[in-house]
Amino acid sequence: MSEFLQQLVNGITWGSVYALIALGYTMVYGILRLINFAHGDIYMLGAFFGYFLARWLAPMAMPSGPEAIVVLLVSMLGAGAVGFLIERLAYKPVRRSSRLAALITAIGVSLLLENGGILLFGPDPKFFPQIIPAHQFHLGAGVTISNQQVIVIVVSLVLMLGLRFIVLYTRVGKAMRAVSYSHTAAALMGISVDRIITFTFVLGSMLAAAAGVLVAVQNPKIDPLMGIMPGLKAFVAAVLGGIGNIPGAVLGGLVMGIAEVMVVGYLSPTWRDAIAFILLIAILLFRPAGILGRNTAEKV
Amino acid sequence: MKRSPLALVARAASLVALIALAGCGGKGGEEKIVIGEYGSITGTDATFGGSTRDGVAVAWDELAASGGKIGGLNVAAITPEDDEGKAEEAATAVQKIVNQDQAVAVIGEVASSRSLAAAPICQNAGVPMISPSSTNPKVTQAGDYIFRVCFLDDFQGWVMANFTANNLKLKKVAILWDVKSDYSKGLKDYFATAFKGMGGTIVGDQSYSSGDQDFRAQLTALKAKNPQAIFVPGYYTEAGLIARQARETGFKGPLLGGDGWESSKLIEIGGDAMNGCYYSNHWALDAPDSNLQHFVAEYKKKFNGSEPDAIAGLAYDATRILFAAMNKLATDDPKTFAGLSSKNAGTDLRKQATAKLRDEIAQTKDYPGATGKITIDPNRNASKPAVVIEIKDGKKMFNTTTYPQNTAS
Repeated sequence: MSEFLQQLVNGITWGSVYALIALGYTMVYGILRLINFAHGDIYMLGAFFGYFLARWLAPMAMPSGPEAIVVLLVSMLGAGAVGFLIERLAYKPVRRSSRLAALITAIGVSLLLENGGILLFGPDPKFFPQIIPAHQFHLGAGVTISNQQVIVIVVSLVLMLGLRFIVLYTRVGKAMRAVSYSHTAAALMGISVDRIITFTFVLGSMLAAAAGVLVAVQNPKIDPLMGIMPGLKAFVAAVLGGIGNIPGAVLGGLVMGIAEVMVVGYLSPTWRDAIAFILLIAILLFRPAGILGRNTAEKV
Repeated sequence: MKRSPLALVARAASLVALIALAGCGGKGGEEKIVIGEYGSITGTDATFGGSTRDGVAVAWDELAASGGKIGGLNVAAITPEDDEGKAEEAATAVQKIVNQDQAVAVIGEVASSRSLAAAPICQNAGVPMISPSSTNPKVTQAGDYIFRVCFLDDFQGWVMANFTANNLKLKKVAILWDVKSDYSKGLKDYFATAFKGMGGTIVGDQSYSSGDQDFRAQLTALKAKNPQAIFVPGYYTEAGLIARQARETGFKGPLLGGDGWESSKLIEIGGDAMNGCYYSNHWALDAPDSNLQHFVAEYKKKFNGSEPDAIAGLAYDATRILFAAMNKLATDDPKTFAGLSSKNAGTDLRKQATAKLRDEIAQTKDYPGATGKITIDPNRNASKPAVVIEIKDGKKMFNTTTYPQNTAS
C-alpha cells in the first residue's frame, strides 16, 4: 500500500509538469487551431534560461529561496519573449495560409530550436545548479515527499489558478475566449485579434518555461533535446483532456503522469512511452473530443 | 572547317578527363595514408566521442612530432566523423569513411550499439576497425577485421559481481538497466549470472530508456524489495540522476556500475549522492604506471591541464596499436605496405595491404598501453585487468585491481 501511495505522489508530481506544458498546447489550439510543436522546445529553453540565470546569480550555488523565485520568474519572462518572437516571425506570416503550412512551420521552428540549442549550448548534458537542496518529508505509512516535489506541485497549482483567473475574470481573458469562438466576430467587436494571439503564445510559453525550471530543479540534468518527449506527452495529455479545454489539459496531464508512473511501477518500464500513445489512440477511438471536450459539429 | 562528330566526342572526353584530373589534383597528388575515426561528438553521451577524439589526437601529435610518417608515407590527420550518438548515423559515418575518404583503418566507437552498426561495413570493405572501448562481446563477433583494446562485459560483469559478493560482502542486489543499450543489457546479464553463481540473489529488476529524467517510479518499486545495493549498468548521464533520486527515496546502500560511468560529468550530475558508490573501469588515474602517467602528462599539456578519462586513454591505445601495426608492416613487408597509400584506393593492392595490416594488428602482444598491457587474443579481444573505483568525497579513488581468471573466455 505504501508503495502504491508513493507511486501516486511520484505520478502527481510528474503529472503537474505535463499539465503545465499541456496548457500551452491547449490555449494555442483553442485560439488558432494550431498545434504548436515547438512548445516542448520552449520548455527546454525555459530550463536553459534558468540554468544560465542560476549560475550567474549564484556562481557557488548557494541556495536561497528569493533567488529561486527570481530564477523562475525571469526564465518565464525570457521564454515569454521567445514565444513572442516565434509567433511574430514564424506563425503570423503564414496565418492566412492553409493550416498545413502553419503545422509544417511549427515543426520547422521546433527543429530550429533543438538544433540551435545544440549549437549554442553544446550537445552534452548540463548540470542544473541546486538552487533548492532536497529535503525529505515523511507523510507516514512509509510515504515520503521531497520539498522539490512539493514545490513542483504547489507552483504548478498556483500558475494554473493564475491562468484560470486571467482567462475567466480579466478583460484580456474575456477577449481570449471571444477570439477562440470566432476571429471575425471578435475583430468586429473591436478586439485586436493579433494582439490576443500573441498574448496567448507568451502566456503558454511562460507556463512551459516554468515547467522546464521545475523539472530541472528536481532532476538537475538538462540538454537541448530534453523537450521532445515531454512535449509529445503533454500534447497527448492535451488531447486526452479535450484539446482547447483548459481544465481538460490539467486533468489530461495528471492522468498521463499517474498512468506512466503506475505502468513503470507495476507493469514494465518499457511500456512507459508506449502508454502515452496507447491512451491517445484509445481516446481518439472512443471519445475523440477528449475527456472534458465537447463534441462540436464542424462545417466542412 | 567541318567538325566530325567523332572529334567532338573526343574533345568532350578530354575535357572530362581534365576536370577529373584537376578535381583530384589537390588531394591525390601527394601520397598519404588515411585513417578514419567516428564517434558521438554530439548527442546525450557526447563526452564519449569527445574523449575519444582527444585521445586519438594525443597519439597523432606524438606521431607528428616524430615527422608524421610511417614507412615513408604521410599519415593524414585523423578527423572524426560525428554520429550524433545514433546507431544509424554511425553506419552512415563509417560508409563515408570507408567509401569516400578511402581510409585504411577505422577507430571507433565507444557505445556497443554504434560499433555493432558500423562493424559489418568495415568487415565487408576489408578495412580493420579498432573499437577503443566497446565492451559488448558481440562487437568483435561481427568479423575478423573487427578488434578492440578494452576488456569485455562478461569479464566486467564478473569483476563487479565478485567485488560485491566478496569485497563488499553483500547478498541482495537490485538491478536498474537501460533497455535501449546493448551494453547495458549485456552487462546486466553477465553480472546477474556471476552474482547468482557466488550465492547472491537479484531481488529486483527494473529498466529505463536512455534520455529519461525521472526514475522515481522504478526506484520506489526497487526499494520496496529492500536491496543492499543497486547495480546500474548504464551510462554516466543517467547514473548521476539515478543516484540522486535513489538517495531521495531513502536508499542508503551503494550504487554499482560499469565503465559506462567513466566521465567527469558523473560526479557533477550526481553530486554527493555518488559518494560510497563503486564502478569497474579500465584504469585508475592515481595508479603509478609509467605509460599511464606519460599519457596523462601529454594530455594535460595539450588540453590546458584537464584530466583525461579512461575513454581517452583507450582511444590513445587503439591509435598507438594501429600505428605500431603499420610500422611493423612497413619494416617487414614494405612492398605490401605501399598499397596503403591513397593513390592505390580501390585496387587489389590496397585489399592485400589492409588484409596484411589486419594480420599485424591481430598479432599485438603485451603492448604497453596507457590502460595496461594489451594482448589481442584469437577472438580479437583484449585480455587485460580491470580496476574497481570507489567514489569518496566527490573523488574517484582506486580500490582494487582484478586480473582475468581464465584467458579462454
